[in-house]
Amino acid sequence: MSDKKPKRREFLFTVSYAVGAVGVVAVTWPLIDQMNPDASVKALASTEVDISSVEPGKSITVLWRGKPVFIKRRTQAEIDEARKVKLEELKHPEKDEDRAKNPEWLVMLGICTHLGCVPLNDKGDYNGWFCPCHGSHYDTSGRIRKGPAPTNMEVPKYEFLNANTIKIG
Amino acid sequence: MSDHDYQPSSKLGKWFNDRLPLLTLSNHLREYPTPKNLNYWWTFGGILTFCLIVQIVTGLTLAMHYIPDSDLAFASVEHIMRDVNYGWLIRYVHANGASMFFLAVYIHIFRALYYGSYKSPREIIWIIGMIIYFLMMATAFMGYVLPWGQMSFWGATVITNLFSAIPFVGEGIVAWLWGGFAVDNPTLTRFYALHYLLPFLIFGLVALHIWALHIPGNNNPIGIEIKKPSKDTVPFHPYIVIKDGFALLMFMIVFAFFVFYSPNILGHADNYIEANPMVTPAHIVPEWYLLPFYAILRSVPDKLFGVIAMFAAIFVLIILPWLDTSKIRSAVFRPLYKQFYWILFIDVLILGYMGAMPAEGLYLLIARVATAYYFIHFLIILPILGYKEKTRPVPLSITEPVLGGSPNLENIKKKII
Repeated sequence: MSDKKPKRREFLFTVSYAVGAVGVVAVTWPLIDQMNPDASVKALASTEVDISSVEPGKSITVLWRGKPVFIKRRTQAEIDEARKVKLEELKHPEKDEDRAKNPEWLVMLGICTHLGCVPLNDKGDYNGWFCPCHGSHYDTSGRIRKGPAPTNMEVPKYEFLNANTIKIG
Repeated sequence: MSDHDYQPSSKLGKWFNDRLPLLTLSNHLREYPTPKNLNYWWTFGGILTFCLIVQIVTGLTLAMHYIPDSDLAFASVEHIMRDVNYGWLIRYVHANGASMFFLAVYIHIFRALYYGSYKSPREIIWIIGMIIYFLMMATAFMGYVLPWGQMSFWGATVITNLFSAIPFVGEGIVAWLWGGFAVDNPTLTRFYALHYLLPFLIFGLVALHIWALHIPGNNNPIGIEIKKPSKDTVPFHPYIVIKDGFALLMFMIVFAFFVFYSPNILGHADNYIEANPMVTPAHIVPEWYLLPFYAILRSVPDKLFGVIAMFAAIFVLIILPWLDTSKIRSAVFRPLYKQFYWILFIDVLILGYMGAMPAEGLYLLIARVATAYYFIHFLIILPILGYKEKTRPVPLSITEPVLGGSPNLENIKKKII
């Protein structure tokens, strides 16, 4: 009997700690998760843009989920420049054909993949975009060519509802 | 120390003190034996306490008028500046107070580096101090976001995006920090809540910092252990209180100069433009006190390693007591360390300057060299120097070089100097 008693006590301690730990985690999770994007933020999922007034060579910037989206109507020269680049030269290899299904229209998040600044249009060493914050250069397909950004500017989910309207999201 | 023998003189005092020994604490603080050779670099502890209290008091009063809402925040700050009685004064004291706080903390830290105050037995004081410094940076960063100007918004975007460098979970963490898909209203409201909370955490850590200080007592300019109390010490009150008070007055003159004559010189003009998520300012710069770390971040061409280097620059300070292998504390008796100390000092100033310049060309090259040297100083020079350096002879006590003899005979016998 005297040998068994401490064992039963140890068991009770272990079980108590375990239940206590589970309880602490269960209580902490709502306090952590409340900081995640809420229902009203998630509800703003898509936006429709009228692109009929955009001239070739020009671009517009629209806001989607609080982020700027670049919609660029590219000239033939810009398309050619983007398509003739060899994949081996790219830090983040992606074909322009995959980034712009309709070659005339390039749609992408206007956010530098380094630390989130908005790059400037028609600037930089590759005639595309240039991020003023830490000096990332993007080409006419929005692909990273030089500077600290790790990846190309992200292409969001979008579709052409008709010739003049794009739905982002 | 005579703490335990203390008895209040009045009967009421004794009655109270037996139940809650606040009078014993007050007596300890008055009598606390302090090295009598402390110079003015030792007055910044008191100055920092003053800065913290100023920030809490002005922050509390600003909070009565500020509105943490992305549509209203910018206008409410202008409302404070134009309409609220003395709002301009309180806000300028709070904004410049942050800069004064960092000015004082950098002097305080560099004093500790020069005189080896971080060494045994004061490692815990040093580590608590570094945690306070880290929390100060977090608090100041979140406070800078609250006016919701262009620098607020884009500073918040860049700094929170640092966490996206973490593999796999980075994007999720950033969305969690933002409460959305970009810096927006949920980000502002939580930053406001945390900006209000952190100063009180700092206040608690300051209490621990001072408590830990009062166990071994102050280090001093010649960096030797002294017998307390002895001919080498003076009571904190009135000697140190008066000296701290005088230094504080001098400091307040500098403080007042900024508040009344150039209240915006340490800020950035772009922050008087309301936040616009569509346009990034041409040149994003953090507040001056974060510039050296910003330079380290930008000098590494890889995103993840840049972030790691920046946090490592702070972490290396935390483990400094174990990186510096020299038993001699004060640079006064370390001829080589003294030179490396000043090189480090200049290195940090260079990093600060490069943090404010565009990250390209010669600036980037200099920033990279300075970043490399920063780590070389702590990780290579300091560990080796402790073994190689020929130090100068250390006096036996503070009074010995002047009067001869030593009040520290017991210490010498025990060989703990």
